[in-house]
Amino acid sequence: MAQRGIREYDAKRMLARHWDKYFGDAFKYDFKAVLITPEYFDANGIILPEKEKELLEKNPWLKEMPLVAKPDQLFGKRGKNNLVLYKINKPGDVTWEDVKKWIGERMNKEVTLLSGQKGRLTHFLVEPFVPHEEEYYVAMTTDMEGDKIFMSAFGGIDIEENWDKVKEVFIPALAEEEEIEKLIKENVPEEIKDKEKYADFVKRLYKFFRDLHFAYLEINPLAMTQNQVFPLDFVARLDDTAAFLVGDLWGDIEFPAPFGRDLTPEEKKIKEMDEKSGASLKLTVLNPKGRIWTLVAGGGASVVYTDTIADLGYAKELGNYGEYSGNPTTNETYEYAKTVFDLMTREKDPEGRPKILIIGGAIANFTDVAKTFDGIIKAMEEYADKLRDVDVRIYVRRGGPNYEQGLKKIKEAAEKLGIPIKVFGPETHMTNIVKMAIEETK
Amino acid sequence: MANRPDYLLFDRDTQAIFWNMHTKAIQRMLDYDYVIGRKKPSVAAIVHPTSDLKYQKFFFGTEEILIPVYRSTKEAAENHPNADVLINFASFRTAYDVTREAIDIPTIRTIVITAEGIPERLTRDMNLRARKAGKWIIGPATVGGLAAGAFRIANTGGTIENIINSKLHRPGSVGLVTRSGGLFNELCNIIARNANGIFEGVAIGGDRFPGSDFLDHLLRMEKNPDIKFMVMLGELGGTLEYKVVDAIKKGLIKKPVIAWCIGTCAKLFGSDVQFGHAGAKAGAERETADAKNAALKEAGALVPSSFDELPELIRGVYEELKAQGEIPEIKEPEVPPIPMDYAEARKKGLIRKPTNFICTISDDRGPEATYTNIPISEVIEKGYSIADIIGLLWFKKKFPKWASNFIDMVIKIVADHGPCVSGAHNARVAARAGKDLVSSLASGLLTIGPRFGGAIDGAAKYFKMAYEKGMSPKEFVDYMKRVERKPIPGIGHRVKSIRNPDKRVELLKNYAEENFPATELLNYALEVEKVTTAKKENLILNVDGCIGVLMVDMFKNLGFTSKEIDEIIDAGALNAFFVLGRSIGFIGHILDEKRLKSPLYRHPWDDVLYAIEEPEDLTDR
Repeated sequence: MAQRGIREYDAKRMLARHWDKYFGDAFKYDFKAVLITPEYFDANGIILPEKEKELLEKNPWLKEMPLVAKPDQLFGKRGKNNLVLYKINKPGDVTWEDVKKWIGERMNKEVTLLSGQKGRLTHFLVEPFVPHEEEYYVAMTTDMEGDKIFMSAFGGIDIEENWDKVKEVFIPALAEEEEIEKLIKENVPEEIKDKEKYADFVKRLYKFFRDLHFAYLEINPLAMTQNQVFPLDFVARLDDTAAFLVGDLWGDIEFPAPFGRDLTPEEKKIKEMDEKSGASLKLTVLNPKGRIWTLVAGGGASVVYTDTIADLGYAKELGNYGEYSGNPTTNETYEYAKTVFDLMTREKDPEGRPKILIIGGAIANFTDVAKTFDGIIKAMEEYADKLRDVDVRIYVRRGGPNYEQGLKKIKEAAEKLGIPIKVFGPETHMTNIVKMAIEETK
Repeated sequence: MANRPDYLLFDRDTQAIFWNMHTKAIQRMLDYDYVIGRKKPSVAAIVHPTSDLKYQKFFFGTEEILIPVYRSTKEAAENHPNADVLINFASFRTAYDVTREAIDIPTIRTIVITAEGIPERLTRDMNLRARKAGKWIIGPATVGGLAAGAFRIANTGGTIENIINSKLHRPGSVGLVTRSGGLFNELCNIIARNANGIFEGVAIGGDRFPGSDFLDHLLRMEKNPDIKFMVMLGELGGTLEYKVVDAIKKGLIKKPVIAWCIGTCAKLFGSDVQFGHAGAKAGAERETADAKNAALKEAGALVPSSFDELPELIRGVYEELKAQGEIPEIKEPEVPPIPMDYAEARKKGLIRKPTNFICTISDDRGPEATYTNIPISEVIEKGYSIADIIGLLWFKKKFPKWASNFIDMVIKIVADHGPCVSGAHNARVAARAGKDLVSSLASGLLTIGPRFGGAIDGAAKYFKMAYEKGMSPKEFVDYMKRVERKPIPGIGHRVKSIRNPDKRVELLKNYAEENFPATELLNYALEVEKVTTAKKENLILNVDGCIGVLMVDMFKNLGFTSKEIDEIIDAGALNAFFVLGRSIGFIGHILDEKRLKSPLYRHPWDDVLYAIEEPEDLTDR
């Protein structure tokens, strides 16, 4: 992995935790926020009394201040998606009672965003409502030769429409402190009222961004009154490979899965296996009723096979995307293959056509092909009846150490089980089997 | 530094410094060297900061060679100024520091970084520093690359078999740049089958910020007269491919470039599916594989309509250039066979070899070490006692409770006998001389023999012999006196007597009588005791004697034959119970001395009778 989004709640918590070091007395940030998760509610969307009591004891401000509530699940444009509660009749009149009700109505419910993304709402951020005038903008990102800072006096939900008013500054990766300070100062947009203060804030924020290995950070809108700072909306991604350097500074944060549909049980199973294993095991179910299924070794090769199926116009019939690599054990390939076999044999093709199983891969460097096939063969033997029932045709293509032996073994096993199979080595182009399979099963 | 044109990073004389003791990858480089007939190995030195080795052995064909090992890259470079490549095989934690050091070493020109998971900020920092210093970085997160018939980076190209099948052992006419290392072999194979093989191939690595990119290498290849056309395999995500688009448009690359970006299927997925590589996540439309393929095509690169058509396209370009006389004929070189590694040949059942050792008690080859096939975890979980483990490892038996308990008693009883007995004394003297625990313990143990601690063996042996020969107790006592002419081992005590019995002996006897199925030899020994104590009150069956005869009874009851018991005694196994038990005491005495920080012991003069005489003069003999 590399860049991974974190919750707004965690990002703000991190900022508050390191505030003294980076902002000292120059600025003030009154961090008040709670993250409301499904454990707070019962099945009817009613908050559990003991949970509420605990929450209010720890955060008395929830009862004392006007509030804002919004989902905190790595998707943006919450305002435009009508998912920010900041007013009942007028901005700033939202009470804890309103928040409870509003979250209760949405907790665990599926929504479709304007982007077309679907997902379940499970995490809500609740903060005090901050009346403000200016809505500033600041964002930071990394690039090949350095970082980029984006600054604007016109933040808020229309930032994209106002992108021409955003000032972009390039900070060379090897720049010294003085140069950085100068570059920021020189580029603060004219429209910002207290330019010096804004520049000072951005400079300090940039150091925080750099030191903690953020890959992306955006505060929009950013409100400032004198030396009080209100990061009203905060989006952040961390470079998770830096965990060994600064993980302790990040503290107790999580990297939530991107907003989207819930994993199927099969996907969940493979994901759990992947997390426990040194090898890589990936599975996404694209179409449970799909006719074409793949068991492909290697990240690059799996993309190429999927590309080819799509390029040939059969994307809609593709059951899964997935790959296994990094020398999985025989048992891991067995479990993986079993999962795919189970999915693809649940029902017959409604048009009565045979189903296709592509066992593919490039020429391996040092993975023992025969050994990885052992796991697939074992799963095949277990699912032989079902594979025959839905009329599965197997097409294999693989190269690398012991590939001849591997191909021979898998061919013999399938033939013994009465499952039609064709096997090919490196003399056949990697993706040729896709076209062949599709043509032979029309 | 070697004299080679700028556009060549590697030739047949290129030597590398290999950072990390990765013997497999190094051996693979040397096997490649041998196959292509290099005279000098491609690895000049190894850097391994935590190693005390000066050299590491490798095979060069059938012979063995030594490759020097250094503790720092600087030291290695000073001793091998011709090695201008650093293969940085350090982990993601240290790869940055290793690279930083290498950038400042003047003789190093190219740094290959294999680690995956270096923080982006560090990667970018080292890339820019290297660029500033005029150095090449290949990677991070790469398998490396290969200059056909000249130089192989680490594991690139896979097995020797594949290398030869994909014609990587001699130069062809095609330049290859790919992001994916996993498809590197595949592309070499395609190029070998549809053209004459690669001249050189580089996998730039999967990170978001590779140290050198497609364009850097394509520009090198453009200048290389031996390379006639290039193949580039890009990916969705990032914008590096657009640098190539611009360069083709500007006319910086004139040779044909066959290009394909994988990941055209991404449009099928939601925007957040991350493919294998860190760089492979298409955010903006511009970063999709489709957009890049279109831009490359528009710029003038040769772009197939799918990966499936890549081979035909390569063949087409190759045939055309060949028809134009651009492609030289290649004489296929002879390839010497690489001797198979012993381990591999054995695995394949091609060779066998007699073993020098046999072990019938324990096995450390599996996932967990075992005692006579019982995993150690099971030994713990099932509550085996120390005595049970003695049963397994000394005698290969699971002992019944009564036997294990008896062994346990024996060990407890013999564990110590105070500081004055000769073994403990020796151990203490050695400890006070400043010797370590093992030496001091050995000093004590070396004292154990026929006079100290040896009576268990002797008693077992003589009582057993007499009983089995059917000697009456009286006959036995007479036999020992007249034939063997020595006191009966196991009989007699300094202070204890028939009226003042040894409590330890009583406990052992009672235990055996209550728990052993039978105590034949003990009964016999007690009869013998009656005879000896009739002569003198203190000639009782002492603790050594009692243990000795009960050991024999124990083995008999366990079903060992008389002959097997003799073998056990001859092998010193009964003595071993004493050795094991008393080691506990010796260690106690040694730790006691260490704790007390006692000074060197010197025996006082007044405790020695100095009875010295003039030497007998033999000088005139």
